[in-house]
Amino acid sequence: MAQHTLSVLVENSPGVLARVASLFSRRGYNIDSLAVGPTENPEVSRMTIVLNLEGHALDQVSAQLFKLVNVIGIQEMKSTNSRQRELLMVKVSSSGTRNEIEALAKKFNGQIVEESSDSVVVEAVGISKDLASLLTELGKYGVKELVQSGLIAIEIGDTTLAERTLQETGLATSESHSQTEDYQN
Amino acid sequence: MSNQITGAQSLVNALEQAGVDVMFGIPGGAILPAYDPIYDSKIRHILVRHEQGAGHAATGYAQATGRVGVCIATSGPGATNLVTPLADAQMDSVPIVAITGQVPGPAIGTDAFQEADIRGVTMPITKHNYLVTNPLDIPKAIAEAFYIANSGRPGPVLVDIAKDALQKMTDYHYPTSINLRGYKPQTEPSSQSIRDAAALIAQSVKPVFYIGGGVIKANAAKELLKLAELVGAPVVTTLMARGAFPDSHHQHLGMPGMHGTVAAVTALQKADLLITLGARFDDRVTGKLSTFAVNAKIIHADIDPAEIGKNRHADVPIIGDLGPTIRALIPAVEAEFKKNQPDLTTWWRQMGSLREKYPLGYNEPADGSLSPQYVIERIGAITGPDGIYVAGVGQHQMWASQFVKYEKPRTWLNSGGLGTMGYAVPAAMGAKVGSPDTPVWAIDGDGCFQMTNQELVTCALNNIPIKVAIINNESLGMVRQWQSLFYQQRYSNTDLHSKRIPDFAKLAEAMGCVGLRCDSKSDVDKIIKEANAINDAPVVVDFNVHRDAMVWPMVAAGTSNDDIMIAKEMAPDWDSQEL
Repeated sequence: MAQHTLSVLVENSPGVLARVASLFSRRGYNIDSLAVGPTENPEVSRMTIVLNLEGHALDQVSAQLFKLVNVIGIQEMKSTNSRQRELLMVKVSSSGTRNEIEALAKKFNGQIVEESSDSVVVEAVGISKDLASLLTELGKYGVKELVQSGLIAIEIGDTTLAERTLQETGLATSESHSQTEDYQN
Repeated sequence: MSNQITGAQSLVNALEQAGVDVMFGIPGGAILPAYDPIYDSKIRHILVRHEQGAGHAATGYAQATGRVGVCIATSGPGATNLVTPLADAQMDSVPIVAITGQVPGPAIGTDAFQEADIRGVTMPITKHNYLVTNPLDIPKAIAEAFYIANSGRPGPVLVDIAKDALQKMTDYHYPTSINLRGYKPQTEPSSQSIRDAAALIAQSVKPVFYIGGGVIKANAAKELLKLAELVGAPVVTTLMARGAFPDSHHQHLGMPGMHGTVAAVTALQKADLLITLGARFDDRVTGKLSTFAVNAKIIHADIDPAEIGKNRHADVPIIGDLGPTIRALIPAVEAEFKKNQPDLTTWWRQMGSLREKYPLGYNEPADGSLSPQYVIERIGAITGPDGIYVAGVGQHQMWASQFVKYEKPRTWLNSGGLGTMGYAVPAAMGAKVGSPDTPVWAIDGDGCFQMTNQELVTCALNNIPIKVAIINNESLGMVRQWQSLFYQQRYSNTDLHSKRIPDFAKLAEAMGCVGLRCDSKSDVDKIIKEANAINDAPVVVDFNVHRDAMVWPMVAAGTSNDDIMIAKEMAPDWDSQEL
C-alpha cells in the first residue's frame, strides 16, 4: 500500500491551501483526504493529508512540500506513533429498523444524532477501517446520504510537532524523510 | 502623522533600500500610484514595449550580474504578460522580483476592470509570491521577496500590491532582519556527506564531473576548477553551465545531452561515478532515464533538497551551497588521495580518443550558401570570451552553445528549462544594462526574433547598444529539423518566409538600430567587426543562412544516450572504441 499520512504545519495566511493543492496537482500526487484546521497557535494552521503515492517517493513529496515558503514543518503520522480519527455522518433509511441501526451504531461507538419519519442520521468517530465496516453494515438498510471528514492525527507522547519545528528548521521533515514504511490504519 | 508616506513611496523606498539600481516596466492604472515616486527615485526605470520584455530583461540582468533583476507591471494584462518570463526564471532558477499593481482591495474578487488573480496564476511558476492589501506590509514584502529570490536555490518572486494600498498613508519600517520560519535554506553541507563523497571519488576509476547551472549561481567556478584539477576527471557542462568551466581546459569534454558531444554523452554513460554539482538530471541530459549512466554511482550536490532523488537516486546526497560544498570537498579528497589516488589513465585514453575522433563540426552547404554554424563560430571567435552571448531557443541556441567558446561564467545566457522563444533580445537588453562595458551579442533565430524584437526600440531610446545576429534560415529551424528526421520532410507550418518578409535590416533601421545584412561567407568577418565597432546604437545583422543545416550530434527525444547519432542515420563507430 502506498498510503501515507502527513501532518503539515503551515502559516495561517491567505492562499496557503491553494499553494499546497496546486503543488499536489501539478506534480501528480493523489490526495485521499485533507483536513485543515486551527492549532494552539493562531498564526499556524495544521493540515493532515492522506496521500496515495503510487510511483512517488514519500521523501520527494515531503521535500517538494517543504519548499513552499509557508510550510513550516512536516511529519509522517503512523498508526504506531499517532492517534488517528475520522468523523462519519450517514443518513440511513429506518422504517422499522431504528433499533437495529442504533445497536449497530453502538457497536462502532457511534450514535443516532437525528431522527426523522423515515430516516436517521448515524454519527461515528473512528479509524478509517472501522468506519468502512460500519458503512458496509449500514448498507443493507439503505444509505441515503454520506458525509465523511478527512483524517486527523495527533502524535502519541509528550512531544508536539510544533515544538520540533517552530523554533528550528523543520527538523521533523528530515526525520520523516527516512520513514517510508507503509501507513496502516 | 507627519512621518507618514504613501504606500507607493513606501514601495519605492523599500526598493531603494533593497539595493535596486534599475528596473524594467510599463505603467498602467493599478500601478500608477507607484510611478509617481518612481519619477523622483534614483532607481533607473527603463520603459519597455511589452511586459514580457521587462521580465526577460530582469532575467538577463540577473544572469549577467548575479544581482536580483526587477520588473514592474500593472494589473490584469500587464501582470499576465509576465507569466512567461516568471515561468522561465523559475525553470532556470533566476533571481528576479516582479512588482505588479492590483485592483483596489475592495474590488478584488469582483471581476473589476483589469483584474487578474496574478498571485493565483503565478503560484506554480514562482518560488513564492505575495498579495499586499495593507500599506504597512509593503516594505516587509519587498525585503522578503528579495531575500527569497536570491537565497537558497534562486528564483522569481512576485509582489502584487492593491492600488489602494499604494495610495493610503502609512508608516515606513524596512525590516532589519528577516526570519521566515518556513524558509531556512541549508547552505553548509554536512561533514559526513563530504567524507562519503571524497571516499567514493578515491575509489572511482571512471569519474566524471557532471556540472550544472548551480555552479554559476553559486559563483563557484574558481572552486570547481581547483577540485576538477585535483581529481583529474573529465568535466561536462550542461546547457545551463556553459562557462562554469573553461572550454579551453584539457579536462573539458563539452556539453552532454540531446545535442552534446559524443565524448561528453559517452563519458556520462560509461562512468562509474558522476560527481554531480548543481545539475538536475534533466531529460535533455539523461535521455531515456532508465538507460542513463547505468553503472555509475551518484554524488549529487545541490542546495535544493527536492532535487536529490527526484529523477535519479543519489548514493551520496550533499545538500548545501556549492561554494562551501566544493571548498569542503577539496581537502577531503586530498586526504583520501594521500591514502589512495586512482589511476585514470585508461579512462582518459578512452575519452581522449572519443574526443579526438568525434569533435564538434559541420559541413559547409554544398550550394555555397552561408553556414549558420560558421557565422556563430566567427561571432564568438572575433568577439572573444569576454563578450556575453544570449541565445533564443532552437537550432541557433544549440549552435551558440556548441561553437562559441566560453571561458568564464555569466557569459552564456539562454532559456534552458522552459525553452522560451523570444528570450534573446530582451534578455540581452537586461544583460547590457547590467554590464554596460561588455559587448553583448544576442544570437537569435528569425522565428524567435519576431516574437520580442520590439524591445530594440527600448534599446535604441535608452542607449543600450546590444548586437543581434539573426540566424535567418526562414524557418522554425529546430521544428523543421524534427520534421526532416521524424515526419518525412512534411514541413507543416514551419516556413516563415523571413528572407522575403520582413526586411530585417529595414525593420532594425525603423526601430532606431543599425541594420546590416550578410549573405556570403567572405563578408562574415567584416560585418561582425563592423557590428562590434558600433557602440552608440543597437545593431541587427540579418545573416541569411542555409535552411537545411542540422544540429548534430543528436539523441532523439525519449531514446537512450547510447543511441546518439553524429549525423542522419549515423552512429559513432563503437566497434573501434575500447570502452
